[in-house]
Amino acid sequence: MVATVAVAVCATTFRPLMREAGAQSAPSSSAADVHFMQGMIAHHAQALVMAAMAPTHGASAKVLLLCKKIAISQHDEIVMMQNWLTERNQRAPDPKDPHFNEMPGMPGMQDMMPGMLSAEQLEQLDQAKDTAFDRLFLTFMIQHHQGALTMVADLFASPGAGQGADIFRYATDVDADQRAEIGRMQLMLNSSSGSQSR
Amino acid sequence: MSQIVYVRRPFVRRIISLVGVTSLALAPAMHAQGGTASITDPRVGLHPGLTDAGVAAKNMELVSHRPKPDIFDGLGGPRGLTFANSDLAFRGNYVFQGNFSGFSIWDVANPGRPVLRKALLCATGQGDPSIYGNLLFISSEGTGDRLDCGTQGVQDRVSKDRMIGVRIFDISDMDHPRQVADVQTCRGSHTHTLVPDPTDKGIVYVYVSGSAQPRSPDEMPGCVNYPIDSLNSALFRIEVIRVPLAHPEQARIVNGARIFDALTAAKSHGNPPGDTLGRGGRGGRGNAFIGAFVEPLAPTATAVDSARFKATTDSLRAAGVPIVFRATLAAGRGGGRGNGGPSQCHDITVYPAIGLAGGACGGYGLLLDIHDPVNPKRIDFVGDSNFAFWHSATFSNDGSKLLFTDEWGGGTAARCRVIDPLNWGADAIFSLKDGKLTQGAYFKMPAAQTEQENCVAHNGSLIPVPGRDIMVQGWYQGGIDVFDFTDPTHPREIAYFDRGPIPNHPERADSSATGIVTGGYWCGYWYNGHIYASEIARGFDIFDLTPSEWLSQNEIDAAKLVHWNQFNPQSQPRIVWPAAFPVARSYLDQLVRGDGLAAARTSEIAKELNSAEKTTGAARASALTRLAVQLDGDAKNAADGARVWALAAAVRDLAKAAR
Repeated sequence: MVATVAVAVCATTFRPLMREAGAQSAPSSSAADVHFMQGMIAHHAQALVMAAMAPTHGASAKVLLLCKKIAISQHDEIVMMQNWLTERNQRAPDPKDPHFNEMPGMPGMQDMMPGMLSAEQLEQLDQAKDTAFDRLFLTFMIQHHQGALTMVADLFASPGAGQGADIFRYATDVDADQRAEIGRMQLMLNSSSGSQSR
Repeated sequence: MSQIVYVRRPFVRRIISLVGVTSLALAPAMHAQGGTASITDPRVGLHPGLTDAGVAAKNMELVSHRPKPDIFDGLGGPRGLTFANSDLAFRGNYVFQGNFSGFSIWDVANPGRPVLRKALLCATGQGDPSIYGNLLFISSEGTGDRLDCGTQGVQDRVSKDRMIGVRIFDISDMDHPRQVADVQTCRGSHTHTLVPDPTDKGIVYVYVSGSAQPRSPDEMPGCVNYPIDSLNSALFRIEVIRVPLAHPEQARIVNGARIFDALTAAKSHGNPPGDTLGRGGRGGRGNAFIGAFVEPLAPTATAVDSARFKATTDSLRAAGVPIVFRATLAAGRGGGRGNGGPSQCHDITVYPAIGLAGGACGGYGLLLDIHDPVNPKRIDFVGDSNFAFWHSATFSNDGSKLLFTDEWGGGTAARCRVIDPLNWGADAIFSLKDGKLTQGAYFKMPAAQTEQENCVAHNGSLIPVPGRDIMVQGWYQGGIDVFDFTDPTHPREIAYFDRGPIPNHPERADSSATGIVTGGYWCGYWYNGHIYASEIARGFDIFDLTPSEWLSQNEIDAAKLVHWNQFNPQSQPRIVWPAAFPVARSYLDQLVRGDGLAAARTSEIAKELNSAEKTTGAARASALTRLAVQLDGDAKNAADGARVWALAAAVRDLAKAAR
């Protein structure tokens, strides 16, 4: 089961383009589309890193469960985005590649994706344990998710972007899903403080 | 600090190595919840194939199959969503099938031989269809969707060519559908739902749920996002379109119903097993919803509004519910876009006969009062930490239950694998009493699917079996499922149909190696005696139910007696059964199956029904009236008295019809 997931992440990178575009004319992908997909892979990869800390940092059962959901969801979405990119003959970043961060075109020094944790924040999270980890994780993941909403808004604010059926659907799903998850994390934060439970 | 550093620092390098095993590390937490999918089910391990996939079926059979029309790429192989089939609507002998690039009209006068009557190319988002008389409504939401239906897209951010909203076609000449109106909305239309005017037969309303980013006010005046607390914001509302049926060209938006306002009260939904959010709080009392998102009034609010608002917020504060103003939340990182509240519904199912609607709205399930269809009012709401995305809703016929679906992963992801818990991406069944929702059990298609099969709960409708709540539902590549949710805490699967995965590259031998080709059943709906199903990639399927331990021939025959002239599944009609022997025998079969009445009596009643059926006129009427009086007596001592009463009523209907 685990092997399946792990393989799924790496097996699909750099898959050669196997077919021509459909005979019907369809909106082609724009540079903003490609930037969104490549950037979102980096964005998701960091969410996986954060979620992977939970078991070793004394996370509560409910945060563990949330991390499980985030891990499943965002693993699969990375594979989907890699497929989307390779089908369009675009480079598909692979978070498991040790040089992931050094590839040309990847968000680097100049433009980290919105909402992503800084080095200091990531280290702060890694230092935290138990209840403190829970709270910091939720706070940082809300920040992280809000960045994804910003990325979606930026995508659709770019002329000619988000026109293909698949990227439109995916980007609007990211908006809807992460918006809902922010709400749930906000509730978890509120309940964990204790003062707001009745 | 503005760089991705996590692969450059030793401590993160260690974490990176954990990424691949996240699922393993977290698995124990998951197994404690919800259970896992079966790996011994006949649906497991089916041979992949686009046209020749392995099939597993139980208690239902495929009556006919048609591939997609050629203009939608036929079976041209994987093409993403561009030519994906979507939802269905029904009128007379015709089925209207949406497609991301248009729609098809199928003539199903002979369900064994459906005939394509018309296929029209019109790039249109997911193309959610509804039919009302000769008007066909199609949802449009893609930023590249055009007024002229063209597939070339719209490159400009502000353009007069863009059409996102609801397209209305006149299909009185089915060979030449005519575009009669295009109602533009700020956020387009992901789905829509028809609501007939309760008194004026000439008016139908359309509730629009849009998921696109609100467009520029330069393109459509009045469309604004921010401030989101403005009454003009395109966020946090559903649009209500009024359509005069005789003059559809006059269709226009008459309200932006703000059904999410003050969505805040502390809320327990009964803490179903596995719901971590529902636990905790003092005294073990659940707080599934605590102080979420209240909006401040818009500057244009009246003094009355202000007073009402103040009273509400004061009472919430007094009750200890924290109130968070949107502006506060939105001020965080993300440039004010980071509000976590529900900003739109995904889909709304209306049940006009009882004046209610179920809104599946992102992170919430809403119950709406729609007696005044122009002004839907929220009367209850529920949340569930197991739900990723509230997607659609179905009422039981008596209105005592409301089933919500969770489209975790958006429908394009594999969410029915062994690692995906049975209470994630599932149906949640709620009891509905006095305008309040109480959560019961989850139901999820129980057979483990592969990494190649997109699968999660999706659209379905009731199967009109008297005395029971039975639903047919599409699970994308998880197949079609038929299940009973009469007991909201113990749903039971009755029938299924499933194909093996669609291979990514049908022309290649190693085709099942990678990736998901989005396919499978968008929906399965019962209409006038058959199950109709829209297959995203493969086409259009029609099924019949076959009798089994959990569904008798009488129950199937009774379901087949219910006929509608038109049917839009999200505009739920009340089911009424005619006076007929299969209806009475359905109740009798259920009494036998559930030991609801002594076996000696049920066999006696069966004989009485048989002999009454052989007579006619007054003789039949008097035999049935006599039987009904006996049944009244039986009901008093029966284990399932209510069902015996229902049988007595069905027998009286038969007696009345015989006179």
